This record gives sequence, C-alpha cells and structure tokens, in this order.
Amino acid sequence: MKLRTWFVLPTWVWMAGLFAAPFAIILAYSFLTRGDYGGVEQPWTLENYQRLFDRLYLIILLRSFAMASVATVLCLILAFPVALFISQAPRRKNLYLQLVMLPFWTSFLVRTYAWLFLLRDTGLINTFLEKIGIIHSPLPLLYNSGAVLLGLVYGYLPFMVLPIYATLERLDPSLPEAAADLGARPWTTLFRVIVPLSRSGIIAGAVLVFIPCLGTYLTSDLLGGGRTVLVGNLVQSQFTTARDWPFGSAVSMLLMLLVTLLVWGFLRRESEQLS
Amino acid sequence: MEPILEVRDLVKDYPGHRALSGISLSIPQGSFFSLLGPSGCGKTTTLRLVAGFEEPSSGEVRIKGEVVNHRKPYERNVSTVFQSYALFPHLTARGNVEFGLKRHGMSDIEKRVAEAITLVGLLGKEIRKPAQLSGGERQRVALARSLVLAPDVLLLDEPLAALDPKLRKQMRSELKAMQRRVGITFLLVTHDQEEALSMSDQLAVMNEGHVEQVGSPEDIYLRPRTKFVAGFLGAVNWIEGIGIRPESTRIGREAENHGAKSFPALVTDSVFLGDCFQVIVRMASGEEAVAQVHRSSPVFQRGESVHISWNPSDEISVA
Amino acid sequence: MKRWLAVYAVGFFAFLHLPLLTLAVFSFNSSRFTVWEHFSLEWYRAIFRDPELVEATWNSVIVAVAATVIATVVGTMCAYALWKKKSRLLTGTLYLSLVTPEIVTGISLLALFQWMFRWLHWHLGLYTVILAHVAFSIAYVVIVISARLRTLSPSLEEAALDLGANEWGAFFYVILPALGPGIIAAALLALTVSFDDYVITSMVAGVDSQTLPMVIYAMARRGASPVINAISALITVFFGILIVISEQVREA
Repeated sequence: MKLRTWFVLPTWVWMAGLFAAPFAIILAYSFLTRGDYGGVEQPWTLENYQRLFDRLYLIILLRSFAMASVATVLCLILAFPVALFISQAPRRKNLYLQLVMLPFWTSFLVRTYAWLFLLRDTGLINTFLEKIGIIHSPLPLLYNSGAVLLGLVYGYLPFMVLPIYATLERLDPSLPEAAADLGARPWTTLFRVIVPLSRSGIIAGAVLVFIPCLGTYLTSDLLGGGRTVLVGNLVQSQFTTARDWPFGSAVSMLLMLLVTLLVWGFLRRESEQLS
Repeated sequence: MEPILEVRDLVKDYPGHRALSGISLSIPQGSFFSLLGPSGCGKTTTLRLVAGFEEPSSGEVRIKGEVVNHRKPYERNVSTVFQSYALFPHLTARGNVEFGLKRHGMSDIEKRVAEAITLVGLLGKEIRKPAQLSGGERQRVALARSLVLAPDVLLLDEPLAALDPKLRKQMRSELKAMQRRVGITFLLVTHDQEEALSMSDQLAVMNEGHVEQVGSPEDIYLRPRTKFVAGFLGAVNWIEGIGIRPESTRIGREAENHGAKSFPALVTDSVFLGDCFQVIVRMASGEEAVAQVHRSSPVFQRGESVHISWNPSDEISVA
Repeated sequence: MKRWLAVYAVGFFAFLHLPLLTLAVFSFNSSRFTVWEHFSLEWYRAIFRDPELVEATWNSVIVAVAATVIATVVGTMCAYALWKKKSRLLTGTLYLSLVTPEIVTGISLLALFQWMFRWLHWHLGLYTVILAHVAFSIAYVVIVISARLRTLSPSLEEAALDLGANEWGAFFYVILPALGPGIIAAALLALTVSFDDYVITSMVAGVDSQTLPMVIYAMARRGASPVINAISALITVFFGILIVISEQVREA
C-alpha cells in the first residue's frame, strides 16, 4: 500500500469515529423521543423538529441571527479603518498586525472574562464612574444583550481585520491614485473605489465572524448571565439541565444546517469569482 | 558495443493528449547525447520515463540491456539534475552531495564527497547551505550530488536554463569537459540549439512526440532531413523548395559563375547587427531571402539590384 | 484623512489591549475591589494554595501536551497525504469540523461517549478530553502544514527518490526537515487551542478531570475574584511566550 494511504488512515479513523459518528448519533437522536428519566428512546418522531417552530424557539433563533448580524456589522465598521491604516502604513506593518493578532492569541476565556471584570456592578467602569461622581449607583452594564454583543465584537474583531487587510494589500495602488487624478476627494475614493474593491475581503471576514457568533455559547453564557438565550445556550441547556437530548439534537441539526449552508454558499461564491 | 540506454517504441499518454508517439533511441556508452526540441515536444517526458518518475503507456526503457519499466527511481542507476536543481534546503552543500551515498549505504563517503566537490569546483564552499550559494554554485552542487553516485546515465533537464547568458556559455564548456573526464554517459534535454550543438556527441531532434532526426551536430545542421529540423537548428531560406542558410548566402553586384548558382534580386532591407549585416532581398519569383553579409563588405541600399548566390554543395534538400 | 486613520488606529489598539492590561494590573491589587489599594502578590500566592486550581492546571497541561503531540503527528501525515493526492471528502470533513459550533461538537461527543459508556463501559475522564481535543485540533494542523507544503517544490521529493531514498526516506529525510518550522507552528497552535478550550471540554470531562478553563469558568460564574485576574495574567504571559517562540521559529 502506498505511503500516503498509511498516512491518511489515522485521520480518517479519527474523523470517522470522533466527528462523523457523533454527528450520526445526534442526527438519530433528533428523530427519537425523550425518555422519562432523561434518556433517549423510541418511538421515532418528527416532533422535535416541529417544536422548533414554536414561537419561543423561533424567537431564540431570530435573536441569535440578529445578534450575529449586528456583531458582524459592528466588526466590519470597526475593523475596516484599521485594516486600511495598516495597509497604508509605510513601515512597521508587521508590528501593527502583531498588535491586532496578539489579543486573539491569548485565551478567549480570559478576554471574555476581562469584560466581566470591567462591566459588573463592582467592576472597573462602574467604580470609576461612581468615584468621579457621574453616577451614584452602579449601572447594569452586565448580564444583558449589550454586554454579549460587546463580548462578541471584542472576541472576533481580529477575524475581520485580517481578511480585509489581505485584500487591501493586493489592491493596485494606482487605482486610488487614478481616482484622485480624476477629481475624487478622499472620502469619495474610499467609498466608491477602495471599499467596492475590497469586497472579497469583507465577505470573507463577515463569514469568519458571523458563523462563530451564530453558534456562540461561552460569551452569551458568561456575559449574558443566562438571561440572553441564544441557540448555543439552548442546545447546552437541553443537554444538561433540561435533559431533553432529542430536542437538543434537533436544535443542533438546525444550527449545523444553517452553518453548512452559509459556508457552502460562501465557497460557491468564491469559486465563481475565481472562474 | 551495447548501448547503455535504449528506449524502444516508447509511448506516453496523458488524459487528453499523447505526449510520446512511440519513439526509439539508442544512446552509446560514454557519449554526450542531447534531446533537442521546442517545449511540448516530449523531450522532458522521455527524460522522466528514463528516470522512473513516470511509467510508459507502452514500450520499453532498457538500461544496460535490462528492461527497467517498472523499477522505481531509487532502483535505477540513473541520476537526474533538475532544472530547478531541487537542492535540499535544510542541508549544506556537502549534506546534499552525501545524501545519495548515505541512502545507498556506500562506503568511503567522505572521500567520495571530497572528490565530487573538487570535480565541480566547489572546494571551500561545501559548508554553505543552498540559500547562501549563487545560481551557478547551486548547479554545481546538483551535479556533484548526482555524479558522486557514479550512475550509468546522468540525466540533465535544461540545466543551463536558469543561468544568465554569460554564465551559460562558460558552463557549456565546463559541462563538456566534465563529461569527458568522468566518462559517464550524459543525456541532456534542451530547447536551445546552440547548447545542443556545442556540447553533444550526438543529438536527437524531437517534435510533437516523435523523433525527427538523430545524428552528430554537423549531420543535423548541414544535412537536415526535414523542414522542421532545418528550421529549428537555424535560419533557412527556402527558395523554390531548396534550402540555403543565410550564412551560406552571398550578395554581390554581379552574378557569380564558377559553379555557383546566382539569381537576380532586389534589396528590400539591410540591417546592421554589429558583427554582420543582414540583407533581405526579394527575388523575381517573389520569394524573400536573407543573406548574412560580412561587416567589411559594401553597404547595400534599399532598392538596389543585386545578385544572390550560393554553392550547390551548401544546399539543403528535405523530404 | 491619514491623520484621522492614525488617531482611530491608536484608539482601536487601546480598545483591544486595555481590557487585558487592566485585568493584569488589578491582579496586583491587594484589595479585592476595583479600587487601587497597594501592590500585592497575594492573589498569585492564592493560586498555588488552591489544590483544585493546581490540579486543574496540571490536567490542562497533560491534555494539551498529549493532544498536541497526537494531533501534530496525525495532522502532518494527513497534510502530506493530501499534498500527494487530494481528497475533497477529507478536506471537506476537516473544514466542516472547523466551522461546527463548539457546543454542537461538545454535545455530539458527549452523546458518543455516553453510548460507549453503556455498551463498552467507558467513563468520562481525562482521556475522553484528549480524544476530543485531538479531533478538533487535527484540522488546524492540516491547514498550517498544507500551507507550508505548498511552498515546497515537488522536485524535492523526486530528487530524493532519484538519489536512492524510497518513499518513506524521501518523507523522513527531506520533506519533514523542510517542514520543520511549520510543524512547530502547527504544534503551538494546537497547544493554545487545546489549553484554552472550555465549551467542548466542559461537556466531555469527567467529574474528577477538571481543566483550568473549567475551574476559571466556575469561579467566574460564582462572582469575579482577583484570583481569576492573577490566573488570567499568568495564562496571557504563557500564551504570549508561546507566540514569541512561534514567531522566532518562523523567522528562522
């Protein structure tokens, strides 16, 4: 047998056993019923999927979508100027890139916790505002959707900066110069030339931010305090406290379906662009 | 004597096209043999089939009489010098040269390596890594690496293509001298006819997957058997089916006798190339011809009436 | 406009780094409140006095090292095999494992292990965590190594074969050394991803196999404590060192 066949075998085994098999189990569970003691048993049913259309769960889904969308847009707005700055920097580009990537490389948990530390009632921000007399009782900055949004944006911002920067780097520098030569002022050049030309980077960044935000669990649990229920939290609760594995599996399958569709759509678009 | 390398009716198909349409070659031991042709003619494919990187669709590759079609590259006693040299970046020059000896478990590694490095003129530079060597030095390492294994045939895939023109000329004579010294059969692939002519004992001109002609450099140049070979080896004037090379073509005010052929013609252009003039004339039949005229001869003006002449013995007649 | 961009960039970098910096600064605050008292190493000492924390850290290290070694070996071999012959199915599966939300990966592995528990008497423990970590790390390794392989000339392998090495020799003596820095970068990536994982680990860890992120998370949910600040600062420094090493190796 060829060497490469031996080499690829362990990965096949691992992916089959620890990725495909679990997935298949969850798929099966999504069509089964919750047992009295929280187990999974027959009969086979479509009930779990029907439940997804309940108002309660649709709201959760919509909320997740909205949260992910807003986070993505915010990341885009915040990231683009920095990406532009770095691409136009005459030197030390690498330094700036390192500065952007450095927080990303540290623990995601720590970075999310940092906002917990800053936003809570006895956190730094409230203490500071109270000290200088602006407020007299702490602001409820934490355990709401705003905090979750902040945590998401903060966590995934570098994912938006890099693809946009990569696209801007490849931009032909004579194009903005030509625009200026033809009479366009800086803001016009930016919005009519540079931004449209960096479309592929923007879309790549959007996908890289939107997908993890859609399925987020840690940020919404830690910073949302259990009050902001997103799809990820729903899945987790079904598998722990609510002990409704079949329903949790159905929600997971829905989430997987959405994510797969998004990625597939993105890849299709990429290959269309290339051909 | 038995040829050291033979290919018989070698065919290579790829999905969509046929790279080799059944070629046969016989390469004598100790010779410098070149495969010459334009890109896509199948010369590199032939080399790769001999080296063992690919298997033929049909036909045979024989080394010292043995059929080696199904043998892996490391089971054949041939060695390749790649166009990109393919030096191992993590090893020094010495490490590269040692590599094959170590894999074969040969003895006297240090001695053999020292000999090879001296042969290619890299003494003193063997501790450098490829990144620290110039293009020419890298090529020498590639040569040493292959030669140290004393292969039956050394295969060279356009070895001079990556060098700049001055270095190329110098390397040509060095390669030729090296081959004579070690006595190993060299099989060289190139698209540069000057290279093939200057270095080879014999060469095969290839085109679109088949061999057009095999012979010595003089044979191929002076007595090409097809229009393609004539045209590939140098410029040719085709006048009424007869071929004459510009350097054998003379321009004069008067017609020549004494056995030469002469025809009246009109000068259409005269280009000064530094070492000679290229005079372009149109003949009465309407055909154009180029003559290479020595710098010291009189300058011909556009529109002048002249005579174009040549010796019949210089004529090229093809099938 | 250039000036505005520069001003914005400064603000941006401040926004990105200040939260972590304040976290680190207040880890040295003697008071447990966010009012500065005086410099103190008390919270750092508290870390080492807490047996739960120490054990969790040790578990995290074991898991990270084991998972990294396995994932790097398996992933490098896989990347090499894919370089020689593409497989859309495998590449697609690996990418899918990357975009799958962590919670989904976590619960699906939990379901698998519970099933194993019923039929093969498996229990959740440190080894289930390691298995899970390898599963999601392989894709990262494959990506890094594949990128590195693309920079290598295919003639390198042919040259090795030509000179007498067989397929394994070509891989071991030529490709592997040429990949060197890439392998280290991939390993460091796998290490950081594994060490930092909370979501998946929390679903598949046994009761007595807590990792550091799990302990930190539990503490954070109970209410913030300066001890977490101290741990966070240490983790950040640790990861920072890993990045510096990674960069140095890449330069070489």
